[in-house]
Amino acid sequence: MALLNEDQKMLQETAASFLRDEGGPAKQLRHWRDTGCTDGYGTDFWQQFGELGLTGICIPEAQGGLGLGAVEAALVLEEIGRNLTPSPFLTTAVVGAKAIEGTAHADRWYPEILAGKAVLALAVDEGRRHAPEQTALKAERRGNGFVLNGAKKFVVHGNSADMVLTVARTAGSAGETGGITLFAVPKGAAETEMVTLADSSKAARLTFNDVELDADAVVGDVDGGWAPLSRALSAGRAGAAAELVGVAAGATAMTVDYLKQRKQFGKLIGEFQALQHRAAHLYGEIEIARAVALKAAELLDSNDPQADLIVAVAKAKAASVSKLAVQEGVQMHGGIGMTDEHDIGLYMKRDAVLGELFGDTYFHRNRVAELSGY
Amino acid sequence: MSDLDTFRSETRAWLDANCPPEMREPMRSEADACWGGRNWTFQSDAQRVWLERMAERGWTVPHWPKEYGGAGLNPGEAKVLKEEMARIDARSPLTSFGISMLGPALLKFGNEEQKKRFLPEIARGEIRWCQGYSEPGAGSDLAGLQTKCEDKGDHWLVNGQKVWTSYADKADWIFCLVRTSTESKQGGISFLLFDMESPGVSTKPILLISGYSPFCETFFDDVQVPKDQVVGEVNRGWDVAKYLLGHEREMIAGMGLGGTGGTLGASLKPDDPLLRAEVAAFDVDALAFAAMSERFFEMFKAGEAHPASPSMMKYAGTELNKRRHELAMAAGGFDALEWDSDRSKNGKSARDWLRTKANSIEGGTSEVQLGIVAKHILGLPGT
Repeated sequence: MALLNEDQKMLQETAASFLRDEGGPAKQLRHWRDTGCTDGYGTDFWQQFGELGLTGICIPEAQGGLGLGAVEAALVLEEIGRNLTPSPFLTTAVVGAKAIEGTAHADRWYPEILAGKAVLALAVDEGRRHAPEQTALKAERRGNGFVLNGAKKFVVHGNSADMVLTVARTAGSAGETGGITLFAVPKGAAETEMVTLADSSKAARLTFNDVELDADAVVGDVDGGWAPLSRALSAGRAGAAAELVGVAAGATAMTVDYLKQRKQFGKLIGEFQALQHRAAHLYGEIEIARAVALKAAELLDSNDPQADLIVAVAKAKAASVSKLAVQEGVQMHGGIGMTDEHDIGLYMKRDAVLGELFGDTYFHRNRVAELSGY
Repeated sequence: MSDLDTFRSETRAWLDANCPPEMREPMRSEADACWGGRNWTFQSDAQRVWLERMAERGWTVPHWPKEYGGAGLNPGEAKVLKEEMARIDARSPLTSFGISMLGPALLKFGNEEQKKRFLPEIARGEIRWCQGYSEPGAGSDLAGLQTKCEDKGDHWLVNGQKVWTSYADKADWIFCLVRTSTESKQGGISFLLFDMESPGVSTKPILLISGYSPFCETFFDDVQVPKDQVVGEVNRGWDVAKYLLGHEREMIAGMGLGGTGGTLGASLKPDDPLLRAEVAAFDVDALAFAAMSERFFEMFKAGEAHPASPSMMKYAGTELNKRRHELAMAAGGFDALEWDSDRSKNGKSARDWLRTKANSIEGGTSEVQLGIVAKHILGLPGT
């Protein structure tokens, strides 16, 4: 795998300093949480993403974007993870942008995404856990359009999104990948219940009762929605893996600092071998997770046939490593780690939500097994 | 055509013409490797010819300078050679601690006379080397070694014992850590080279739990060594040893890889759902580690890797390899337990499984590696 080139290093620097200065918990996560913001993130701050060009990373140059790819998105997402920054970047500039790529919807939405104005969400899940091929939400033809009936949950940013990419079944039955169609559903078309998640981020439960849509709401082909959905999910999974690496790295940096400050029994707790070895193990795991997250992004960018496999590996690995990092983080902080005042607990909550997004560790381990033929 | 393309087509043509067909068969076991040395019996003419032809071109050590038996290839050319050899499944012509361990140390710390004397015979596979580091009382705490080396004016006099000396009973020469001063622990160690046929040297193989004896106990009883056979400065041998351990750890860390990222599921096809789940979790870790290995070598080449990062790789790679064999044994069930039947290829599964237990002990235990990472990378305070 190639190392980062100069342009990528520069982008990483830009994202790192921007998010360190502006995206940390005091200015963003805690601020919006404690002021009762129903979006869960700052809209001005989202516009800053646009001004810096970050929202155009996955948008082709011909349409005004930077024409970069999953690797560059991963660099930004690792910094988002490290700073616990609440942002619609992943759902909008990565998942949404990839889903509508090459369709008429791109012309409609790319300018507003580039400006950091529009927010997109993906409504795929219906059950308790991620299972996209189980889609049952029904879309039936009526007149020139479609009518949708069913329900979605865990629609991240679904309450504030200007457009919700909704996965529906136009043919076949739950469990089949054929017969799925992706729809661009405008804000307010479905009945929306705002849900606050454990990490204070906002998601939606959407209920579709005879929601009527025009035929041009279809993204891609009728019954052929699995293709744009897979493209969007792959980008989302690789992106979530990178963000999880950031969560793990941020939590661990905080924890290692604490080991160097906290004294008990007359010495720094970082002198105890029991803690040193756990911290060192964690360091190695994070390096490994970062390597595979970047590799997954690189394979996606080069349309490599191994991309699906390595994306699944990356999400599974990053989620389990991040889980370990936040658990060790809270434990090694001791009592202070249980307080709301300390940020380490915020990492634990963010990890839980990101770990679940687009398939958890078990989902992706199973996928690795299936893609490997067992 | 670029220079590298020219080099590739020339290399391809030469390999096609010169690599014997038998040397394009995958090695069946460690026993198929060519170790060379004074007492080496070639397995076949093909093995002999392959070594001679490759050594003649300097391609047993392609990146070493020409005057020391190498071919002076730049990294790009060396990579091309490796790729072209892999393309035809060419075996490595020579497996040697001289190449993998002593050579790098001599290139960095040896004087001109030592380089000219020892490197070419390593490159040609004429002398087989072994490494004398661990002692009965100095394992993880290697710098605690006690093998005494006294300055007797016109020679050194060596007395003591080494243990875990790989293939000492088959080696011609030894590179050895000895104590030349008791004033300081790490600052009293020297890096000494001598002939295993010197009077006073004896070896005794150690039978391992795998049933094999790749290691020996090695005894030194009034062994006389010429004064010019210290590498680097007297009492500064620890610098050489540390440098070499870095190399060794990289090599052992690489064992975490095997074939296509070293995954298990595709070959084991586990039908028990609980075993399948564990195998899938393993495959995730194996493929992630493979990505790390690629990245690590790129970073290492570019000088972007932390100097202590081989410790992390060694730890992760060896622990992974142990897990791989535990799962292979579980999937193998009763059959994997057979120890000496033809059916089981002389108990290959069981013996390989037991062999991996040494991975996280040799070359510095997992616990030592974690300590190094904690101290040198994370900057945690020492005790």
